[in-house]
Amino acid sequence: MQLIEFREEGLYVPQADVYIDPWKPVNKAFITHGHSDHSRYGNKSYLCTHSALPVIKHRLGSHINAKGIDYGEEMSVNGVKFSFHPAGHIIGSAQIRVEYKGEVWVASGDYKTTPDGVSEDFEPVKCHAFITESTFGLPVFKWQPQSEVMDEINDWWRTNKEQGKVSVLAAYSLGKAQRIINNVDHSIGKIFTHGAVENVNEVIRRQGVHLNETTRVVQGQKPSIYAGSLVIAPPSAVDSAWSKKFKNFSSGIASGWMAVRGTRRRRSADRGFILSDHADWDELVSAVKATEAERIYVTHGYTDVFSRYLSSIGYYSAVVDTEYTGDELSAVSEVEEGTANK
Amino acid sequence: MKRFAQLFKQLDHTTKSTAKINALVEYFSSSEDKDKVWAIALFSHRRPKRTVTTKLLREWSADLAGLPLWLFEESYHIVGDLAETIALITPKATKKSDNSLSDWIGVIIDLKDKEEAVKKATIQDAWTSLDQDERFLFNKLITGGFRVGVSQKSIINALAKLSRIEESKITHRLMGNWNPTTITFEELVLASNPTEDLSKPYPFYLAYSLDIDFDQLGSPSDWSAERKWDGIRGQLILRGGEYYLWSRGEELVSEKFPELQHLKNKTNTDIVIDGEILPYRDGKPLNFNTLQTRIGRKNVTKKHLLDAPIIIMAYDLLEYDGEDIRENSLQERRRLLKEIVKEIDSDRLLLSEEVGFATWEELEKERERSREFLSEGIMLKHLHSPYKSGRKKGDWWKWKIDPLTIDAVMIYAQRGHGRRANLYTGFTFAVKDGDLLVPFAKAYSGLKDEEFKEITQWVKKNTQERFGPVCSVNPELVFELAFEGIAKSTRHKSGVALRFPRIKRWRKDKPKEEINTLEDLNVMLNEFG
Repeated sequence: MQLIEFREEGLYVPQADVYIDPWKPVNKAFITHGHSDHSRYGNKSYLCTHSALPVIKHRLGSHINAKGIDYGEEMSVNGVKFSFHPAGHIIGSAQIRVEYKGEVWVASGDYKTTPDGVSEDFEPVKCHAFITESTFGLPVFKWQPQSEVMDEINDWWRTNKEQGKVSVLAAYSLGKAQRIINNVDHSIGKIFTHGAVENVNEVIRRQGVHLNETTRVVQGQKPSIYAGSLVIAPPSAVDSAWSKKFKNFSSGIASGWMAVRGTRRRRSADRGFILSDHADWDELVSAVKATEAERIYVTHGYTDVFSRYLSSIGYYSAVVDTEYTGDELSAVSEVEEGTANK
Repeated sequence: MKRFAQLFKQLDHTTKSTAKINALVEYFSSSEDKDKVWAIALFSHRRPKRTVTTKLLREWSADLAGLPLWLFEESYHIVGDLAETIALITPKATKKSDNSLSDWIGVIIDLKDKEEAVKKATIQDAWTSLDQDERFLFNKLITGGFRVGVSQKSIINALAKLSRIEESKITHRLMGNWNPTTITFEELVLASNPTEDLSKPYPFYLAYSLDIDFDQLGSPSDWSAERKWDGIRGQLILRGGEYYLWSRGEELVSEKFPELQHLKNKTNTDIVIDGEILPYRDGKPLNFNTLQTRIGRKNVTKKHLLDAPIIIMAYDLLEYDGEDIRENSLQERRRLLKEIVKEIDSDRLLLSEEVGFATWEELEKERERSREFLSEGIMLKHLHSPYKSGRKKGDWWKWKIDPLTIDAVMIYAQRGHGRRANLYTGFTFAVKDGDLLVPFAKAYSGLKDEEFKEITQWVKKNTQERFGPVCSVNPELVFELAFEGIAKSTRHKSGVALRFPRIKRWRKDKPKEEINTLEDLNVMLNEFG
């Protein structure tokens, strides 16, 4: 029996009858983080880190049967030892370590290895088998340091402000939005947020995390109050009629996909900023190496390519079909989710 | 190069044409003449002669990045642009360079007869001394294809603003054969009497699809109709005893069609004819596929000439006796055209005959007969219209026949390039043949982004097998495909080749059991092939 099996419902630990990030409803779900492709409706019970719990409850409803656990805290289910370790992806995100009779597997969910000032810093975990994403598993994806990207955003914001324009920046409401809010130069001007972003901000502030000051965009304001400010909204809102209220604005998108000119142009935003909550190529390769694992399972993204590369440098590697989507820049459901739970 | 990279970034960062034009004006007013000429050349799809093959560029960049070549190729497939893939995959610059745009072009041109080892060292050294944006542009200098969303019109507009010369004059000056290595900015743009260039074509006048009612067109007697021939639009230039042929892509294709050479001896009058390069035999046009065997071939053999003979089907006359007559009325131009075609008297130059009609209903009937003539529909031109430049509404309309359609099931999906790197956007479709599914067409266009996203999600869940970027999927989704024509093919399993197939709509209402059959395709082939 394999310690973690790949089932129709999700990643399954048969010895403990526990699923990790299942995409179909199960009894016991251990959740790596709160993004909707990893944490879904309908499970009988949920376990995630304490810092991921508030957002998951916010998104799935406070009635769900969900518990928190500390990073590094060990718990045992029918002889299987589980522990959660920081994945550096968003606040509360974890890699789940599973150990049974000396064999260790790690399911990493989504991760990035460089600190972003908001998420808990990624920690490599040694294991025999490592389950990894590969959203940006191509050597063309190599991120600049976060400070450089923030400088670009600041410059863009400043220039827009000088021209009396609003800067409307598309970023995921959970994760990237908070990362930008805390890392831009907020002395430039006021930061406004779309409802979906502000709902998440409220949850995160309530759990004691400091976020720079933000103001919710509400209906019926004069367009002039937004002049010179930065507005952070989910991608789907920036593309929609919602952003028309800002009249004179420049649009930007913060996403790893912006590294490719083609995607940048398809989005027809004025500016693309290359900023991702996922590991780039070098991070993926170094994360795999740091685990010292022999077997690597690749779950989503450029799975074929990344897995083939790992095989070529001596790993046993296989592609696992899952329903994780990673960062697909569609995020259509984000607005609906945010407003539905308001 | 820094200055040019800055311009490129400015152009790339905005979708607004005024901002683009301003950036261009700024660049043109602050750069060296040599760099300006090259910038114009690059944006109008000219580049230095290739001195390094793309195959070598791929190998050297993978080598510099320390990655296997297959991984480079996979990356290239997804990024969709070779110059960009190389710029992304090669390591960060370790030194700096102050070379200007034209300096770097000089470096590339100088590689011409160098040994491979020298070329490799020079190129890899360039990569390590340019930052990512500059690296991208440097690669583009070699590979060509600057797609920066700057139209020729913006360039012309910016140059006109700067020089206070009329746009139409600049348009004409920038057309044709000029060599950016030898020509000066003065000669190219400013000189009022530029170097005599016998080959210089006029910009094409292009029509929009008819989208208004007949009563808005007025009286049928003010209009002239012709068949819309299915070849390649071309401009035939006979000046000073020389022959030139331009395709619509502003490409000089004279040498690809040597059977037209003799026309230069047939008249002493300098003329420019707008027409269609059309495959034609025994008084009838041939299928467009025949012409395809002549395109993209450097050496034309006797066999090509025999198997795919072509003619010029003349539509219009732009220059007569060395004089630009584009402002004359269509009626007048056609009168002269008829005379000159008659004078030349060659079976390689035919007049596109007018289609007679007294009422719009009669014209509609003629349009329905289009396929009999292997034509794409009807061209409708106002008798008093001048010959304009570019795509303009009002005086000329194309009125195409409805495409042929067929319902088919998707069996393969392929990831997109560039613009759509994270979506499945290319699909192979099949029709039924008994219990079998026979692939017969690939289509890449026709759906909205939202639909591509939905299909991408579906493909991920319904993949059977992967072959690199292509995967086979469960044959379930039904689409209506539209296409312009059908021809026999020995290269395809289905035995047919479609002309310009695209997705007309996603038939969510249709079960896969009800798709069309190979028999249906063969019936179409017999009728229209």
